[in-house]
Formats: sequence, C-alpha cells, structure tokens
Amino acid sequence: MSIPLLSTLIFFPIVGGLSLLAVPRQQTSTIRLMALIISLIELVLTIPLIVLFDKNTHAMQFRELHPWISALNINYSLGIDGISILFLVLTALIIVLSILVSWESISEKVQEFFIAMLLLEGVMMGVFCALDFFLFYVFWETMLIPMFLIIGIWGGPNRIYATVKFFLYTLVGSLLMLVGIILLYQNGGQTFDVLKLAGQPYSLKLQLLLFWAFFAAFAVKVPMWPVHTWLPDAHTEAPTAGSVILAGVLIKMGAYGFLRFSLPILPMASQKMLMPMLILSVIAIVYGAVICLAQTDLKRLIAYSSVSHMGFVTLGLFALNQRGLEGSILQMINHGLVTGALFLAVGMIYERTHSREISVYGGLASTMPVFAGFFMLFTLAAVGLPGTNGFIGEFLILLGGFECRPWLAVVASSGLILGAWYMLWLYQRVFFNEVKESMQGLAQLNLREIIILTPMVILILWIGLFPNGLLSFMHVSVGHLLEQVHGSGLVQSAVISGLTMHP
Amino acid sequence: MIVPAAIDWSVIVPILPELLLVGVAILLIGLDLFLPNEHQLLPWLTIVGSLAALIMVLGARPTAGFGGMFLLDGYAVVFKTICLATVIVIALMSEQFRNLIRMRQGEYYSLLMLSLVGMLLMASAGDLMVLYLGLELMALPVYALVGLHKRGQWTSEAAVKYFLTGGFASALLLFGMSLLYGLTGTTEISRIAEVISSGQLAGSSAMLAALGLCLVGCCFKVAVAPFHFWTPDVYEGAPTIITAFMSVAPKAAGFALFGRIFFFGLPHLHDHWGPILACLALLTMAVGNITALCQHNLKRMLAYSSVAHAGYAVLGLLAGTAEGIAATMTYLVIYLFMNLGAFAILMLLTSADGSGDTLDDCRGLATRHPLAAAMMLVFLFSLTGIPPTGGFIGKFYLLKSAFMAGYTLTVVGAVLFSAISAYFYLRVVRYMYMNEPVQHSSLTVSHGMHAALVLCVLGVLGTGIFPGSLLNWTVTLLTGFL
Repeated sequence: MSIPLLSTLIFFPIVGGLSLLAVPRQQTSTIRLMALIISLIELVLTIPLIVLFDKNTHAMQFRELHPWISALNINYSLGIDGISILFLVLTALIIVLSILVSWESISEKVQEFFIAMLLLEGVMMGVFCALDFFLFYVFWETMLIPMFLIIGIWGGPNRIYATVKFFLYTLVGSLLMLVGIILLYQNGGQTFDVLKLAGQPYSLKLQLLLFWAFFAAFAVKVPMWPVHTWLPDAHTEAPTAGSVILAGVLIKMGAYGFLRFSLPILPMASQKMLMPMLILSVIAIVYGAVICLAQTDLKRLIAYSSVSHMGFVTLGLFALNQRGLEGSILQMINHGLVTGALFLAVGMIYERTHSREISVYGGLASTMPVFAGFFMLFTLAAVGLPGTNGFIGEFLILLGGFECRPWLAVVASSGLILGAWYMLWLYQRVFFNEVKESMQGLAQLNLREIIILTPMVILILWIGLFPNGLLSFMHVSVGHLLEQVHGSGLVQSAVISGLTMHP
Repeated sequence: MIVPAAIDWSVIVPILPELLLVGVAILLIGLDLFLPNEHQLLPWLTIVGSLAALIMVLGARPTAGFGGMFLLDGYAVVFKTICLATVIVIALMSEQFRNLIRMRQGEYYSLLMLSLVGMLLMASAGDLMVLYLGLELMALPVYALVGLHKRGQWTSEAAVKYFLTGGFASALLLFGMSLLYGLTGTTEISRIAEVISSGQLAGSSAMLAALGLCLVGCCFKVAVAPFHFWTPDVYEGAPTIITAFMSVAPKAAGFALFGRIFFFGLPHLHDHWGPILACLALLTMAVGNITALCQHNLKRMLAYSSVAHAGYAVLGLLAGTAEGIAATMTYLVIYLFMNLGAFAILMLLTSADGSGDTLDDCRGLATRHPLAAAMMLVFLFSLTGIPPTGGFIGKFYLLKSAFMAGYTLTVVGAVLFSAISAYFYLRVVRYMYMNEPVQHSSLTVSHGMHAALVLCVLGVLGTGIFPGSLLNWTVTLLTGFL
C-alpha cells in the first residue's frame, strides 16, 4: 500500500479536530459545518477499505509497521481483518450522526464539543486498528479523556457523578490490564506484537492470570454483569451524541478486546473460563431485561437494555464456535445501529419535551406520526423481529449457544421474551394511550432529523434481509480465530463445521 | 630554590559547570548591590548561566576527577540536566511571581544558583564526602528560600520545620555514612561496593544499622513515607514558586543521592533494602494519594501528590537494575515538566491577589481562560498517568522495571493507588470545566511564564507521543557510561 489508509483514518479526524481551533469561538455555525464535513470525509475514507478488503484471507490487511519506542520494543503497528473492518465503518457512521444530532442541542462551548468528538473518533479508530498491545492501550486509555469531558461538560444534571464513575470504573479495569500486558511482555518474548504474542505456549496458570487481568478491562467496558453499574448512569447523563457513541462504539470495545486479545492469545484460559463467562452473560441478559421492566426513565431503560443485549454478545463470543462468534460480531454492529438509533430518537423527543420520564409521554403516535413510524422500526429491530438485523444476530448467537451449552441458551432465550415485553410496553406507553396535554402541538421531525434516522432504517433492513453482505467480511477471520482457540487442544467439543447461513 | 610544580588545570574541566554557576552566584550578589530591584538582568543572567552550564554538561565526555571523588558519568549527566532544566524553568516563571513576594532579587537568584551547585555536586559524587558536601550546599540555600517570603507566619513555620527536619535527616545520613566508613575503611563509593562484595560484612548488624540510617536519611530527603511528614506544611507555607522548585529539583537530587548510595554503593545488599523499599514505596503511594483525596487547598494537594510521585519514582530504584534506574531518571525528567506546569497554573491563579489556591478558585477556569485550563488539563492527566502524555510513559516504564525485577505485588498496588489518584486530579478538571466560574477577572501572564508553560506542555506531550529519544538517552547514558 502506498497510502497509509489506516493512519489517515486515525489522524485525519484528530488533525481536523485541532484545526477547528483556528476558527473563532463565536462562529459556531462554521464550526459545526467544518466538523460535519470532516466526519463525512472520514466516512468516505472508509469506502476504499471496504472495496479493497480481501475477504478470502485471514491475514491482517492494510498493514503499517514503524518502530515507535525502540528502547522497549514497541511499534506503531496497524492492520485490520474481517473482525475490525466493520467497526471502523460503524464508528465513522456513528460520528457523522452524532455530529448531526448535536447540531442544535449543543449550544455552549460548541468549539470544544466538536473538537472532543473528532479527537474521540480518531482515537477510537486507533483502538480498532492497533496490532501492538501497547499502542492499543494508548488509544484505549486516551479515549477516556474526550469521553470524560463530553459527559461531564455537556451532560445532564447529575453528569459529574456519572462521568467520574465512568472514568474510575474504566481506569481501574484498564490499569489491571496494563499489569497483564507487562506480564505478557515478560513471558511472551519481550514483544507487544499481538500477532507474535498469539500462539505462544503460555502455561495454563499464566493464561488464567492474564485472562482475569484482561477481563478487568474488557468486562467493565462491555459492560458485563456485575461491573455494569457505570453504564446506566453514564448513558442517562450523557448528551445524546455521547449516549450514541457509548452505545454505538465504546462498549463494543470490550467485546472487541476479548476477540482480538483474550481468545487468540489465551486460548486455554478462554476455554477453561467458558462456563463462568457464559453464566455471567446469561445473568446479564436476564437481569438487564428484568431491570428494564422497572425503569421509568427512557434513557435508563435503553441503557439497561444494552446490558441485556451485550449479554447476548458475550454469550456468542464464549460459545466459541463459528455461528456464535459471527452472530456476536454481527450483533455488536446491530446493537450499535439499533441502540444508537433509539438514543438518537429519544434525544429528539427530549429536545421537544425536556423530559425523559416515560409517564410524561402518551399518544405520540397521533401527534408525531412519522417519528412513531421510525421508532416502531427501531423497537422491532431491538426485539429481534425477523426481517430486521436484530433477528439475524440473536438467532445466530442462540444457535451457537445451543451447540455449546443447550440449557444456557434456553435460559438466554427468555431474554428475548422479556425484551419484547419491555420494548413493546414502552412503545405502548409512549406512543399510544390517550394524548397527554403536554404532548399536543409537538413539532414534527425536521429534515435534519429525518436525514439522521434514515440511514439507520436502511441499514437495519439491509442487514436484516441480506446479512451475508456483512457476514462474508468476517467469515474467514472468525474461522482463523477459532483455529487459534481450538488448536490448543484442551476442548474439542465445539464443532467447527461449515454449517453457516451462507455458502 | 624550590620550583613550584606546574598546576594541572585539566583537573578542573569536569567541574567547570559548577565553577561557572558559583561565578554566576557571586556575580548576582554583586550586581544586586548596584542595580535597581526591578532590573531584568538578574533573571536573564540566571537563565543564561544555567543554560551555559546545561550545554557544558550535555556536551561533556565521561570523566572522573579528583581521584574518583567526582564522577561525570551518564548517571550524573541525567540528574544534572534535570536540576539545571528545573532552575531554568523556575527562573522563567519567577518574573511572574516577583511582584507578589517583593523580595530582593539578588538573594533569590543567587540562593537558587548556590543550591543548584550543591545538587550538581551530589549528582556527580563518587565519594561519600562529596555527596554530603553537595547535600548540605543544596539544603542550606533552600532553607533560606523557604523563608524568603516574609508575609505570613506560615512561611516562618515552614522554614523552621524544614530546617529542623532537614538537619535531622542529614545527621542520620551522616551517621550512616560514618558507619559505612568504619566498616569498609573507605569513603569512596565504588570501593565500598567492592569491599562489601568481597567481605563477610553483608549480614552484620553494624552494616544493617548503616543501611538503615542511610535509608532513613535518603527517605527524608525525597519525602518517602513515613518520613514525608514535613512536606505538606513546608510546601504549603513556602512561596509557591519555591514549592514548585522544591518538589522537583531537590527531590531529583535526593534521588541522585539515593542511587549513588544504594545502587552504586550497596548493590550487594539489594536483598536487604529492596523489599524494605518496596514496602515504603507502597506506603508512600498510599499516604500520598489517599491524603491528597481530602485536600481542598490545591497547593497542599499538589504537595501530597508529589509525595505519591516519590513513591512511584522509588519503584525504579527498588528494582536495583540499570533499567530501573533509567526508569526513575526518565520519570523524573517527565515529572519536571508536568509538576512545574501544574504549579505554574496554580501560580497564575494565585498571582491576582496572593490568595486563591483552593479548588473553588479554579471554578470555571475553562470559561475564564480556556488556554490555561487546557494546559492544566494536560498536566493533570499526565500526573494521573493517562496517555498520550509523558506521565503515562514514565509510569509504564517504572512499573515495567519493577515488574521485571519481581515486585509484582508492589506493581499491582502502584496501579491501584494510581487509579485512586485519578479521583483528585479529575476533581480539579471537574472544577475547571464543569462548574460555573465565580469570578471573571482575567489572568495576567508574563512573557517568561508563557515560555515556561509552552516548554512544559511541549515536554509533557512530546515525551508522551515520541518518548523514544528520551528513553534511549537515559538508557544509553546509563549503560554506556557505567
């Protein structure tokens, strides 16, 4: 490759964000427009990735390798495979929508807000591209700074509590991972190269130790039960764009960490820890869903539903078979789209009513019919109706789960029923019933808002109807990952068969 | 008739930077008599003098002078660089502070220079005598500097406290040194190491007493708990600029002393002092970080934070390896930028009317002065150890070296205390960015302060994003010159 495409993806938004400093603070509309253009260019930059990506190899593509801190054998090493490529596109898309949705709702410190958003975008791209564990850690931790500011400065009334909690939870987890990284460095041939670290003969004891060190960071980020408690607070208090980024990208990084580091580097420990991880996942699914039933706050309900949905993701991951893994990666994308869309939609009505209490709403279907239509589709996708993307993801995960531990999959599937219950009940309370007085005369969706929601609808239906488009990207990489996991020969029970949804 | 032997002038070459600084100090006192107090020559002379010394140090070739009493090795070069750079930055900042404390400039700058000479001697000491000489030469001017600000009673109390505890620590150290001399029959540090490695002294109770006394003395000097109790009061009572100076340069010199005695002199007793130091490091991080949590006064908070950072820096020392020492030195270089930077912003806050060093005073700083707030943000995240700042690289390197030396539990403890520290550093960020401003007075920033702040920000971000050259520099200097 002559053009360092991945570096461009990482540094273009960072440089672009800093260039906003050149615009006088008062010219907010220029700043907004520039931020939007930068994020749109970034989205366009992902197109060559998709076009040039070779789906038939599991090797890392678009590699970039430069020495960075040679004294410690740390390299600036980038590359993507079928697992990471989708997250890059998702990130670029989510940021465009987040900038659009903040157009009017962010009126204070506008310049700082968009700079923070663009810096965050660059750093998140870095997380998904990094193939050096140290570099990954740098991006992973740097991400905390803009997110901390986004929630803490532009968030709701209880924002300071939420943002500090978010920061400290993730920091403690990450720091334990740092110790794990040093331990790995010491035992893995004094390198941070992820590809070299995988496939080394670590003892089981060491693998288990490392597994829990990494678990501290990844599980907090996912967030898995019982370290999920930062998420509802952060989601609830964050500005709409913050919630969308949290749901759309940030919490995917935990699961991505499991995929990229825990599974291939620590295969024996991953298999040994299969049961605890599956059980934690199922608890998250059921617990998250039950808690949703008791929520009176719109955003909090969606936040807890994320806990439940991400439980499905980890369930699929630790099923450790092709369908589970593919379903789980697909579900991460789906969750990013659907929950992102739900947060966008909630943000839109919040701007009109300034309330997130479900009891305040009622009869929106007749006052805002277009909005009700959009929300209906998102609700159905969240419930997993066939034809929407949610169905494909959950179906694959449950198939994988059945292959691995049938009875756990049965318990997990109760999450689907509970999910249908709380989402449809929510829809009924907000959109049907009698029209509340305060709901009359609400402004219809404007063009900008329709433009924001439309790509979500298209993607939800497209993935729901033609899932192979996405699955084909990850197929070979997931197969290779499973070889790495099962190649260690501790558990061979999970079947790696050609039984997939596509030829 | 006796012909006097030709004097060999080449022996003074290694100590030329020190001689230069002594000359500058004398010149400063002399000029002060004739120049008006506001004259800009004195700070410039200080800066140019230190800069010249810095260039001489960096350009020097490894040598030993005065029969091994004075070593100009890589170890010395790094510590000298830290101390000289600190004084340069402090001198740049002083212009801002001068109006507030209304003191005679001449005394101030010459005392800085003299204590700098002491530090440089300490860094180069190949002999216990030179080490002690340097220590006292450094400490006496600093005692005076703490008391320079004659306004409040706190200052006098701080000066007396620092003088008494400092003298006490020096006495203990001297006692330890005399025991070492008695046991080994030499004051030359490399000879001490040789004697200990060959003899049966290792386990003797006298040797352990010597070890203990030296350890206590050194811990006092770098403010390692439980010998840190003087720091909060002294740091709070001293003028802020002196606090900034003390928390970096004499501390770095203290680490130079620490390393000279323990890493160069007593490496064969590492089994004895390593674990003790590990416990002290943990205790220091615990005390520093947890106590900083409940401070409302920023200066006091930074004082406790500097105690905690001494705990981190000790991690490299306790490893007892070349990599560990290199990590400590790297960390101190980075610490110089981030700590001076944080103190500089604090000085900006206080410079308006002399008070105002509490958390409430930085309420809404992001609105009042976005650039200052953004800089403080960088320094605080660096002190917390979040990438892409130098603080993270430094901490990582320290943790790695301690880990490689087998101090796993200490490392885990350091990591957890580091997470605790995030809380109080973030609290400042919170007040700056997330609270409404209480006052709208603008900040006045002098040119020198501007330059110092830019230097600090570049230092913190530069070492964070491109740490390679700094790491290579310390490692090659240390290993190449040993």
